[in-house]
Amino acid sequence: MDDVTTLQLVWFLLLSVLWLGYFVLEGFDFGVGMLIGAVARTEAEKRTVFHSIGPVWDGNEVWLIVAGAGTFAAFPEWYATLFSGFYIPLFLILVALIVRGVSFEFWGKEDSPRWRRGWEWALAVGSFLPALLWGVAWANIVAGVPIDAEAEFTGTLLDLLSPYALLGGLLTLSLFLCHGASFLTLRTKGVVAERAGKWARGTAPVAAVLGLAFVAWTIADQSDRGGVDAVSAILGVLAVAALLAMTVLVRRNTAAGFGAGIGAIVLLFTALFVDLFPNAMVSSTDSANDLTLSAASSSDYTLTVMTVVAVLLVPFVLLYQGWTYWVFRHRIGPEDFGEVRTPLDLIDRKLEERREGGDEGQGPGATPTQGET
Amino acid sequence: MSSLELARWQFGITTVYHFLFVPLTIGLAVAVAYFQTRWYRSGDERWLRATRFWGKLMLVSFAMGVVTGLVQEFQFGMNWSEYSRYVGDIFGAPLAMEGLAAFFVESTFLGLWIFGWGRLPKKIHLATIWAVAGSTALSAYFILAANSWMQHPVGFEMVDGKPELTSIWAVLTNNTAIYAFLHTILGALITGGMVIIAVSAWHLRKGNEPEVHKRVIAFALPLVTIASLATMAVGHLNGDLMTDQQPMKMAAADAVFETGSSVGMSVFATGDFESNPEGLNRNIEVPKMLSLIATGSFSGTVEGINDLNEEYRAEYGPGEYAPVVAVTYWSWRAMIGAGVAMLLLAAYGWWRLRRGNLEQSRRFLWLAVPAAVLPFVANSMGWIFTEMGRQPWVVFGMLKTDVASSPSVSEAEVWITLVGFTLLYGVLAVFAGRIFLKIVRKGTPRDPEPDDGGKPDLVLAY
Repeated sequence: MDDVTTLQLVWFLLLSVLWLGYFVLEGFDFGVGMLIGAVARTEAEKRTVFHSIGPVWDGNEVWLIVAGAGTFAAFPEWYATLFSGFYIPLFLILVALIVRGVSFEFWGKEDSPRWRRGWEWALAVGSFLPALLWGVAWANIVAGVPIDAEAEFTGTLLDLLSPYALLGGLLTLSLFLCHGASFLTLRTKGVVAERAGKWARGTAPVAAVLGLAFVAWTIADQSDRGGVDAVSAILGVLAVAALLAMTVLVRRNTAAGFGAGIGAIVLLFTALFVDLFPNAMVSSTDSANDLTLSAASSSDYTLTVMTVVAVLLVPFVLLYQGWTYWVFRHRIGPEDFGEVRTPLDLIDRKLEERREGGDEGQGPGATPTQGET
Repeated sequence: MSSLELARWQFGITTVYHFLFVPLTIGLAVAVAYFQTRWYRSGDERWLRATRFWGKLMLVSFAMGVVTGLVQEFQFGMNWSEYSRYVGDIFGAPLAMEGLAAFFVESTFLGLWIFGWGRLPKKIHLATIWAVAGSTALSAYFILAANSWMQHPVGFEMVDGKPELTSIWAVLTNNTAIYAFLHTILGALITGGMVIIAVSAWHLRKGNEPEVHKRVIAFALPLVTIASLATMAVGHLNGDLMTDQQPMKMAAADAVFETGSSVGMSVFATGDFESNPEGLNRNIEVPKMLSLIATGSFSGTVEGINDLNEEYRAEYGPGEYAPVVAVTYWSWRAMIGAGVAMLLLAAYGWWRLRRGNLEQSRRFLWLAVPAAVLPFVANSMGWIFTEMGRQPWVVFGMLKTDVASSPSVSEAEVWITLVGFTLLYGVLAVFAGRIFLKIVRKGTPRDPEPDDGGKPDLVLAY
């Protein structure tokens, strides 16, 4: 086996952190998106749900974009094999992320129930598919898929839908659902928060059971493949413990439940990354065809450049994204939105209020004065 | 069609579509930041109305650009795995830098701007929109540096048959990238400006809210006029650089087949639609003009396609090294034609504005509306020229397109994604267009100041 250099290790760690950040952050976005129909009934309630992640979802998604581009830059062979191999699942993820992304912008722009319902579905399905498929994809990466000596994927779509991979998908799905529900209990108030609390309590045990099964299967798989990876196994067990803690803590509707969800996501995926190391892709056909990190890697020079760039920039990213969460820390509820149906309506309504209560004495056609408020 | 051809169609369709929104977003972000600065400085409510109106339109464009940009990043690995393996040591770096340095800023600060009305102090809120505008331009720089490396590879050495990066500085300061950046950013300002002119002219013709639309058009007319002139100047330098770096592309742009001195410039030509038709069926030309433009002398020598082909065959082996001449010839002309038309229109409008009778010019106000299509024609045609003109290479002089696609992806799979993305993009275009027009029609009602009470302000938010 080739030796992994320090720079390659740094980049494997950094990419792991990017994926972890992505799943922790967009994990609750996906959960919130899937739950829109379940926790919100009226217009104002739905607007509350959109607003709960409105300021942050796009920034959260950039973690994926940087993870993808970072893989391209640091391990081009990994990027090439993975993206061309997982072709149809990635296509579905892209379609989902597209319809989900525009749903935020489009939903409020027309005042018709059909239009709105359509985009609520786009948000829900667009959140559901990636929540499921990212779990399927990562279970496959760790368990191995058919790869030949040229690092080309030789399987079919069905090879990617093994029971183990599907179990991984259901685990991320339930975990993100619970994570999103507990996020809503923290970010919203009133009836939306209450319904979200119920969902968090209902989904947490499901995630815990699936997590237990998935981790057990992963460890069994490791022993079949020539030995249990002790670190990965311990992390996996800790992930199950975090899932159990989440099951207990979400009953109290506190930040601790949300924190346990973060812990579970981080521990679970760290267990998978440790299992994967020092490979980038595992070949299920012949272990001689495993794509190792060192074989997949860019040159030392490129890795050095990218390390410098990452070390300089990542702290700033964390700072300003953290600041965003601080700015939008207040709980919001349906009463904040009232009967407003579209942003354009709001303008009209506020205009009405101004006209009625206004003492500016503006007749039609009067030129507004400078500096009026 | 083979999976290679399908992958090329997919790249073309998704990239041209993505690039309808990119320059519009960059241009409008700058305009919105400018309007908001004017409001911040003067407190004049009319600038606030302009900020909100154009902010809403920018957000629709931004959303479309973001979601279609995701496809761009994944596509290299999905459809072009051989390309990715070959260029990964170099090409991935600017893409990752774009994400870390620009896209994180862009998306986070856009969220702050949308939802920060009335919640952030005015000055900081103003800073967020400038952060968005600046980072969209920075984004463009990294992407253009990556693309320019495909046009003009620099800063590498060959190790085991693959390029390895030796100087990131060389890649980021590639002269091709610098000119491409200036050309693209100016094009983006023109795109934003032309859409602003079209919408404002439409409202002015109807007599709607002249107190807002007149100010806005007075900002956009000089912007487009000056930016168009600058784009042409940069474009000329671009052309010189290309003659140097990719002479085949320039020869194909003018359909010059035989090398010669005192070469005329073709004005209208027809030929067979294939990669190298080896001659034109019809050609109307201005004598000696091309020699003058390309070399600065009436008798200067211009290299032709056939001779370049011979040179390349000697250097790279047998094969056809000319692009589809009909595509380069006409896309080149469409880009320049659209650019000239925009310059004339904006300059005329500016002149009428300065004379104080813009609103009386029914002709201008009529023409300005359909003219909104021109920047999109120029942008798309410019890229089609740049990318198609580089063929048969995907990385000039190094890697041919026909060996760059993914071997593990079947024809059926590319059909699925090609049809899927095309249909989805078509449907989204209808929705986005509908919303865009709805916002345009609604105009700029007098908005109240964002209240500082801490309640979310919905004028821009969802």
